[in-house]
Amino acid sequence: MSSANADAPTTAGAMTQAVRSGDLSAIELLEAALSKISASNDKLACFTDLTTERARAQAVVIDQARASGAKLGPLAGVPYGVKNLFDLAGVSTRAGSKINRDNPPATSDAFAVGRLEHAGAMCIGALNMGEYAYDFTGENAHDGHCRNPHNPKHMAGGSSSGPAAAVAAGMVPFSLGTDTNGSIRVPSSYCGLFGFKPTFGRLSRAGVFPFCASLDHIGPLATSTADLALVYDALLGWDANDPVQSDRSPEPVGQQLEQGAGGLRIAVAEGYFRSRGSATAYAAVDKVARALDVSRTAELPQAERARAAAFLITAAESAGLHLDRLKTRAEDFDPMMRDRLLAGAMIPAPWVTQAQRFRQWYQAQVAKVFKDVDIILAPATPTVALEIGQQSVMLDGQSVPARQGIGIYTQPISFAGLPVVTVPVWQQDGTGLPIGVQIIAAPWHEAQALRIAYQLENQGVCESRIAANSY
Amino acid sequence: MSINKPISAIKPPFDAHQHAQQMAACLDLMIDPDWDESVASNLRLLEAAAQLVLSFPLGDDVESALVFKP
Repeated sequence: MSSANADAPTTAGAMTQAVRSGDLSAIELLEAALSKISASNDKLACFTDLTTERARAQAVVIDQARASGAKLGPLAGVPYGVKNLFDLAGVSTRAGSKINRDNPPATSDAFAVGRLEHAGAMCIGALNMGEYAYDFTGENAHDGHCRNPHNPKHMAGGSSSGPAAAVAAGMVPFSLGTDTNGSIRVPSSYCGLFGFKPTFGRLSRAGVFPFCASLDHIGPLATSTADLALVYDALLGWDANDPVQSDRSPEPVGQQLEQGAGGLRIAVAEGYFRSRGSATAYAAVDKVARALDVSRTAELPQAERARAAAFLITAAESAGLHLDRLKTRAEDFDPMMRDRLLAGAMIPAPWVTQAQRFRQWYQAQVAKVFKDVDIILAPATPTVALEIGQQSVMLDGQSVPARQGIGIYTQPISFAGLPVVTVPVWQQDGTGLPIGVQIIAAPWHEAQALRIAYQLENQGVCESRIAANSY
Repeated sequence: MSINKPISAIKPPFDAHQHAQQMAACLDLMIDPDWDESVASNLRLLEAAAQLVLSFPLGDDVESALVFKP
């Protein structure tokens, strides 16, 4: 443990309980988080903006409310951070870029930040990320490469790099990230966290700088399933300002976790999801499958084409979003990002329209698979965290550009908008690094994925570890 | 060239550099010579992905996944 006090609470649930009981005040929890950030942020490059005064003012209000016997929110007194594409009133939303930090400060919070503040959570700042979220590495040319707290020579994973590294380093118990093609699940895998991407359209993205509106999701990263559920339940709520958000009624999950795997039909993904990965990735899936006594398999048809289609839609939509910036400030992009965006701007229209039509076909096929199973297990990443600066990765004996290869298992899942919990597995493979397994459910069945994660955590099969402070 | 050859047999190879030049002019984008190969390399990756998607037969009844709710 990196904390000076081994008894200090590390989860959001334990922290808010300590505030309720009077064992700790919100201001004490806030100052402890700021102290950890001060101790290791220079090495890990997690936080890019601190909102200390805002958080202190909120902590005072929470402590006064507690003293007066007023009702406290479900996350009262819990410090957290957001990927720096979430609007925070008074802060320029940089979205990992050099260009956007020239924008005026946001005048209001993102919808999700407002929901968490209403629940009593204290936002203490914005976190590093890959430029404009077009990234799986966590490297950033402008704010420094975010480093993996379990081994700072390695990537934190992206694009929600800061949200993952800050939690894995014990700075905050949870964070908010975004996931378009894997940007919550990849860093959760690399940093050994529980990461949660709900169904596409479940949570409002209003006030979040977009990447690819057809695929963008938001979600939490944490060190426990219970914390994921606590945060997710607080985030639920309809928002007219996100045009793709579903008008389904909120379906909270916190009370369902203890049902575990009971009655759920679980399968291991085969075919595409059993190729191009490392032995470590497959072993992690097998370990989870054994713990759940899973013997059946399932195949998502045309997963490789789904990944290709996601790649095209992402490239075209993000290039369209940034076209004016590419014309006027091309020199201010990370060169690798700029060249990907330039290429994306040049895609013939039928490539994209066909990809969107394929998505409709693929959704129908995936729905058929989920008639026979409730949960599918698949690797989150093909390998453990790559080294910072690594340009390629060997997959099935072939050298593949790292930025494309890291997300091979996450892209076909988000393309169908499925809810996923990534759970962390640690193995004796000599790396000392964790790797994630995706627990995938049918659309709108978030609770089922979380129930499985909760059981695996209770069985001791999956766990998050706060990194030893050895960097 | 025989007119009986399948279209795939006479399809010219994708020239990423030429495509980038034409599209840059169309879009009023500037491609610095130092970026040219990197942009072309990214275009080749996209073209390979497109071939995978385009080679999959879809019925005329399959609509785009995009939904606009007025």
